[in-house]
Amino acid sequence: MPIIFDKVNYVYSKGTAYEKQALKNISLKIEDGQFIGIIGHTGSGKSTLIQHFNGLIKATSGAVYFNGRDIYEDDYPMKELRTKVGLVFQYPEHQLFETTIFDDVCFGPINQGLSKNEAGLRAFEALKNVGIPESLFYQSPFDLSGGQKRRVAIAGVLAMKPEVLILDEPTAGLDPKGRDEILDLIEKMHRERKITVLLVSHSMEDVAKYVQRMIVMNNGEIMYDGTPKEVFRHYKELEAVSLAAPQVTYLVHELKEHGMDIGLDVTTVEEAKQQILRLFHIEG
Amino acid sequence: MLRDITLGQYYPADSMIHKLDPRIKLMGTFVYILSLFLFRGVLGFAVVTAALFTVVYLSKVPFSYMVKGLKAIMILMVITAVFNLILTPGDHVLFKAWIFQVTIEGAKNAAFMLVRLIYLIVGTSIMTLTTTPNQLTDGLEKALMPLSKIKVPVHAVAMMMSIALRFIPILIEETDIIMKAQMARGADFESGNFIKRVKNMVPLLVPLFVSAFRRADDLAMAMEARCYTGGRGRTKMKPLCYAKKDYAAYFFMAVYFVGIMLLRMV
Repeated sequence: MPIIFDKVNYVYSKGTAYEKQALKNISLKIEDGQFIGIIGHTGSGKSTLIQHFNGLIKATSGAVYFNGRDIYEDDYPMKELRTKVGLVFQYPEHQLFETTIFDDVCFGPINQGLSKNEAGLRAFEALKNVGIPESLFYQSPFDLSGGQKRRVAIAGVLAMKPEVLILDEPTAGLDPKGRDEILDLIEKMHRERKITVLLVSHSMEDVAKYVQRMIVMNNGEIMYDGTPKEVFRHYKELEAVSLAAPQVTYLVHELKEHGMDIGLDVTTVEEAKQQILRLFHIEG
Repeated sequence: MLRDITLGQYYPADSMIHKLDPRIKLMGTFVYILSLFLFRGVLGFAVVTAALFTVVYLSKVPFSYMVKGLKAIMILMVITAVFNLILTPGDHVLFKAWIFQVTIEGAKNAAFMLVRLIYLIVGTSIMTLTTTPNQLTDGLEKALMPLSKIKVPVHAVAMMMSIALRFIPILIEETDIIMKAQMARGADFESGNFIKRVKNMVPLLVPLFVSAFRRADDLAMAMEARCYTGGRGRTKMKPLCYAKKDYAAYFFMAVYFVGIMLLRMV
């Protein structure tokens, strides 16, 4: 179910002193089954952009099509759209409210109109998928660690079986282990269930490692849209807008400057390893 | 939708009114409210209107901003007007049905009451729109300081007020995010009967309360970490001092009030 943005503009607090154009003429197409990273500095419009995908924010002008249908039509089933396009907000504290983890994850499916039993099954499956042990199911979500809360929040959206999963900085504030676990989990979900994933992130390393396509936002506009390799070739331009390329990309550029015959299209540690081993004529 | 609440929201601009000492604005608002209930006749009305619009003009805040606050009291305004209209006894009956009668006096009363309410909201919102919450509490604290001699905890109250005011926009924004996060999971805050709606608020209120308590806790910790022990011996980084323009403002205020009183006596 492709999502198409056609010249979407969004203006905050229109007609007041705080007026600010958050999105400018955004046109893009999200194909089925892609794993897409969205990067941009703070205030570049990433969060505003992703809230357009499930209709939480209505564009000031322009159109959004989901599966060929304009979502701003008067009788468009918004609730259905929101179950198909699952959006996980940055802080799990903003959505956890029930007395037990299990009930909290059931909230989405029950809103979808499923029976208690079906919702329970969905919740069970989703919690298993994100790796929450059964012993925690009936505890309060407020007693969990940061990483676990985040898993429960993701499960809360997964339980609705979305076709598109959007995550707003799911790894912010997590330790390296928690971060890798969450990202591996998302990657697994993308691979096994063939869902489209949009990942908003600040970490170039994460984006380079996981995504197939990158969208770089700057001042409400799309600056680059392409594979990580294509985008990170512009690492100098990225620096100009407070972003950067993965550290290994800088490393290979520096090695090249020092006269080593090394390929420059390197974005992950694994690729760098291959390139360096090749230099010494060793097969990795 | 939640951004429509203007009360307690500062509108940044570079104007004469913005630069006045907050104590004057407090006093001015007080005098203005008094005058609203004291003025009489068309001439008094004209003076109040002229004063209000001069200040609105000087403040450089768009008029639409002040009118926004009126939406919230729409129902109150309608009820006040209707009751005044139909329940005021008088000699010149325009219209009569059952126990209700519309008189000229009633119509006059209703009109004046309506104007008073509107002016009240617009006038008081000028103060909050041109004064940051911090300035406001600073002004209140200093103006009420004499009361601390009779053991009124002026500083503590002022501190509580400034914290409360500071948290209003934060909590509004947070409510917005939480609503969206729950709507993304199919929550519905708009339909259903009353009981259902109240029940639907739970997913919004629980995270909001949890976060408010957490913020309060963090703030208390941060204040203690900076050795906050209350008002005694505490000095200000920017102490309030009257400048020339402040005295001028006091002068105009006095002239205005005397004028209203004189018109009332005539």
